[in-house]
Amino acid sequence: MWRDHLTEIIVFTLLFLLVSAMGFVAARWRRPTDMAHLDEWGLGGRSFGGWITWFLVGGDLYTAYTFVAVPALIFGAGAAGFFAVPYTIVIYPLVFLVLCRLWSVSHRHGFVTPADFVRNRFGSPILALLVAITGIVATMPYIALQLVGIEAVLKTMGVTGDSALARHLPIIIAFAILAAYTYQSGLRAPALIAFVKDSLIYIVILVAVIWLPYKLGGWGAIFDAADAKFQASPAPGDGILLNQNNQIQYVTLAFGSALALFLYPHSITGVLASRNRDVIKRNMSALPAYSLLLGLIALLGYMAIAANVKPLPGAKEGTTDGNTVVPLLFDQQFPDWFAGVAYAAIGIGALVPAAIMSIAAANLFTRNIYKEYLKRDATPAQEANVSKITSLVVKVGAVACIVFLDPQFSIDLQLIGGVIILQTLPAVALGLYTRWFHRGALIAGWAAGMGLGMWMLYQIGNPATGKKHFAGSAFPLEKFGFDTPKTIYVGIVAVLVNLVVAALLTLVLRAAKVADGPDHTTPDDYFADEDDPRVTPSADAAREPVA
Amino acid sequence: MAAPESEAPDTARSRAKDKSPWNWLLFIPIVVPLIPALFNADSPRLFGFPRFYWLQLAWILLGVGTTTLVYQMTKKRGDH
Repeated sequence: MWRDHLTEIIVFTLLFLLVSAMGFVAARWRRPTDMAHLDEWGLGGRSFGGWITWFLVGGDLYTAYTFVAVPALIFGAGAAGFFAVPYTIVIYPLVFLVLCRLWSVSHRHGFVTPADFVRNRFGSPILALLVAITGIVATMPYIALQLVGIEAVLKTMGVTGDSALARHLPIIIAFAILAAYTYQSGLRAPALIAFVKDSLIYIVILVAVIWLPYKLGGWGAIFDAADAKFQASPAPGDGILLNQNNQIQYVTLAFGSALALFLYPHSITGVLASRNRDVIKRNMSALPAYSLLLGLIALLGYMAIAANVKPLPGAKEGTTDGNTVVPLLFDQQFPDWFAGVAYAAIGIGALVPAAIMSIAAANLFTRNIYKEYLKRDATPAQEANVSKITSLVVKVGAVACIVFLDPQFSIDLQLIGGVIILQTLPAVALGLYTRWFHRGALIAGWAAGMGLGMWMLYQIGNPATGKKHFAGSAFPLEKFGFDTPKTIYVGIVAVLVNLVVAALLTLVLRAAKVADGPDHTTPDDYFADEDDPRVTPSADAAREPVA
Repeated sequence: MAAPESEAPDTARSRAKDKSPWNWLLFIPIVVPLIPALFNADSPRLFGFPRFYWLQLAWILLGVGTTTLVYQMTKKRGDH
């Protein structure tokens, strides 16, 4: 019953209203001369310094869903769920130099999206369209998943209803507010709110990792309780350590997820909004602070085991909603007012990435579909306007996903999203280093990786839940004919095939002398920095100078 | 207005090549956290954490240390 959670609900609502007000005020923060331009609305004027970028990108990458789902995974399966830690460690050295190159070339040419870059690098609007569509499709379920994070919190507070509409009304209201201030303030809104969100999360987690072990008998007792649970469970894959069969999966999932993360349009939006190359490099050293936070949050899953938390029932009969274990742990162990703060941290935590993701998806649509195919002579003001409206449409779509479909569907789609966004790696990431690939070969490689990835995901079932398809990303190697119970991450296999096809076909197309697209970038573009004299916003000739 | 064409020849100034032997160090924090043999064990425990957990959290320091070192060593001199 919600009446038992009144204090929590009041604290949650107050904090929620506070950040909503900040979202609207953000339009005046670092006020631009002209908001009717995609550089302003969609990239915050490309002017964010080290601190803002740290909060923005951190709030963007480590989403509410991560904070709810990773401990849920640890709660259910143990060590395998800890892949999120190596994943978010290897990512930064991996992209340290790559993102600087992307920033430079985008800065000089006025690119807003990764597809903008691909179009100019490979002279191929079709390849750019594929990259844009891949990005939009991968991002949409990710936005919907942020709602799953809020929903887990609302459910724990007893805010539920009998009809689907009543149950989802709080989320619809929350998203309507989010949509309104994103429409008005653009990327400035999540950048400003990220300060509040991250401060709340850091406070909650610091308290949790000191206070909860003290109450539960120390870290040793927490790990022992988890060990005892997994020893007793019949499932073969769980445990507080990895076993012989899931180590390859663990490593490939961590590495593959790291490769995928900065291909997501919302990550790139956060990076392109920074002021110069130095800001990016310093952030690559400072962002791992969030990984420590994530590691500690992951361990909340074990604390929930030690505290005997029983997850709330799921959407279907007989299932449980693992995402509720962390909110339930807070509810059980913290005083009401502090549990309210913790819930607000998760709820607001959902808004920051949801806003950035919808902006990123809207930018892709505007730049690579609207301007490319519908209205070639669109002015910057028209571009900004289309992007603002698209961001609304994207959010309505995300809410509809949650209200009308089983949330499990969004989770499946997000799983697929990681695999498909990886297929843009050869064009976007390798494209920053080499122009060797032929545009036709890149398109064929994309198609091959996409097809194989989908097939592999389709083959994966889970006997425990009775799901036959799309039940995970761990592909059993025996289906390739190997005599082994080991599993591997689908995305890695798919992107390797993608690369092999692209490389072989490049050789074939070159030998056959098939015309390749022109490269509109120069080697020098990849090192340009702030105050570069040769910034040529070619598409935006009418742009007013920004003081 | 867009940057005038006349400024175009001034490109050498903006050149800041990324090439540096220090960059090779970045491979260490990419490879080490992906070798389960190093950390997939319970003992020794540290503050009650099995090795699997404390050592992987410690790789964060390895990552931060390496990227900070590479950043400092490759920073453009006299620029800041």
